[in-house]
Amino acid sequence: MEGASTYVHPVTTRNPLTGGGVRRAREAAIRGAFTLAALVSVGVLVGIFAVLFLQARESFGGNEGIAQSTLTPEQRALFTDVEFAALPAVPPPAPSVGRDFLGGTNWNPTGATAYYGVLPMVVSTLMVTLCALALAAPLGIGAAAWLAYVAPPRAREVIKPIIEVLAAIPSVVLGFVGIVVVGPALAHGFGLQSGLSAANGALLLAVMALPTIVSITEDALTAVPRDYVQASLALGADRWQTLVRVVLPAAQSGVVAALMLGMGRAIGETMTVLMACGNATAMPGSIFDPVRTLTATIAIELGETDVGSRHFHMLFAVGLVLFCMTFAVNLASEIAMRKSGGSRA
Amino acid sequence: MKIQSKKLEVWYGNKQALHAVDLAMQEHTITALIGPSGCGKSTYLRCLNRMNDTIEGVVVKGGLLLDGYDVYEPGVDVVALRRRVGMVFQKANPFPKSIFDNVAFGLRLGPRIPKTELDGRVEQALTRAALWEEVRDRLTGSALGLSGGQQQRLCIARALAVEPEVLLMDEPTSALDPIATAKIEELLHGLADRYTIVIVTHNMQQAARVSDQTAFFFMGQLIEVAPTDDLFTHPTVKKTEEYITGRFG
Repeated sequence: MEGASTYVHPVTTRNPLTGGGVRRAREAAIRGAFTLAALVSVGVLVGIFAVLFLQARESFGGNEGIAQSTLTPEQRALFTDVEFAALPAVPPPAPSVGRDFLGGTNWNPTGATAYYGVLPMVVSTLMVTLCALALAAPLGIGAAAWLAYVAPPRAREVIKPIIEVLAAIPSVVLGFVGIVVVGPALAHGFGLQSGLSAANGALLLAVMALPTIVSITEDALTAVPRDYVQASLALGADRWQTLVRVVLPAAQSGVVAALMLGMGRAIGETMTVLMACGNATAMPGSIFDPVRTLTATIAIELGETDVGSRHFHMLFAVGLVLFCMTFAVNLASEIAMRKSGGSRA
Repeated sequence: MKIQSKKLEVWYGNKQALHAVDLAMQEHTITALIGPSGCGKSTYLRCLNRMNDTIEGVVVKGGLLLDGYDVYEPGVDVVALRRRVGMVFQKANPFPKSIFDNVAFGLRLGPRIPKTELDGRVEQALTRAALWEEVRDRLTGSALGLSGGQQQRLCIARALAVEPEVLLMDEPTSALDPIATAKIEELLHGLADRYTIVIVTHNMQQAARVSDQTAFFFMGQLIEVAPTDDLFTHPTVKKTEEYITGRFG
């Protein structure tokens, strides 16, 4: 106590421990720049979602959106009276939104009565995506297991990059392959009128998802500690038992992540399915029917609608449905990973 | 003799890791393999259950007999061999599964076992590994929640569950504290009634405490093998004496 009370701070001399102002300023600047980067990426994301949601909300707003003609007086003047008379005096009542949107099976935005039933496209999207995943998952996990556990190191060094290069094939090229090779082969093999179908899209999307699945699964498998493999082998498990009972469960979170990333890629894919699936808006009855996915619908129709029309807003609503689906997939994978991550700890 | 090696040689590619090792082990005894790092003692141990097979480029020459039959004869079922010759590793390596599933792992590899029998054999293995009392109420809990010493005893239980005849231990206590080490050493004495044990250790006191016979390896050669008391009190080779008195290693 005495020592503390007698101590006098030497205010006259500069404390040698002070200084470093430049460094502190630089660190503050760096911190600011990182914060800005984070805010920008979050802001852009929020912005996209806001545009999507606000535009889509218009489509749920009742009939006013289309009851009023969107033409300005000057634009009206461009039409002759005859042409104007040909237009319906009162636009057809829009189908009530809600069940008819999500549950409706008829998509016909340009008919005398416009229908905006999105269900066939949701079904098509799920059909194509899930079939693609059903093909790509066993193939991808199998290939990853081969790379990680069977392939000689040299073969692995050569083949893994080759599989990863598959991811660099532009989707339009895959779509082209679908039109000239896979589609005709399907038509020939199954006796179809046209090979442009959900099956065709699923095959191509499987090819697209494969590199992601193989690459990430292989990483997850090789990250499993060798200790586990040794313990399993020493207990008299063969390689297959070791893979299935020890390595795959230990790598579970990585494998789930790989599948979900592959699936996310497949759901959002547009060009390939647009080219390869035949684009029929009817409810598909089987995997060999032509289908049109949510993404293809937006890509095909958005360029041909009037900005601000009901149809235009409806396409945003379609985008919102798509967003919800990809969000659900991401959420599911997050939960799956957290679950298996929890059992590890 | 339970285990007998005759002019056993191991090569990693061009590098010879073991030179003509002749060593015999009687049933229900504990043999300690000692020597400085890289002397070949672990390599020798890993020949006994052919875990060396998992390393690329390993060549084994000479004879290694288990109950008089050659372990390296072409056509030997390695999986069956490893069920007779269990192994415990330097670092406790329980699977990221429950305690029960860890012990039951080996039992579930074969034909299906009824649940009641499975439960009984898991309990028996845990009891023999002196772990049952500590984990009986948390069998479904994760094995990774156990302490290091408990994890190593769990690995012993896991190896014992498949009823091996031989138990190989590769420096099983080198990562453990003295109390956990003492527990495992105590355990080893009891296990020798039932199993033939081969233990690799860096710790000469441990070899002296637990083993019936000690083999000293140096530079890939078996320098000397003798009953443990004799080897530590009257080593016949100068190199052995230098090592056990701490002049190198």
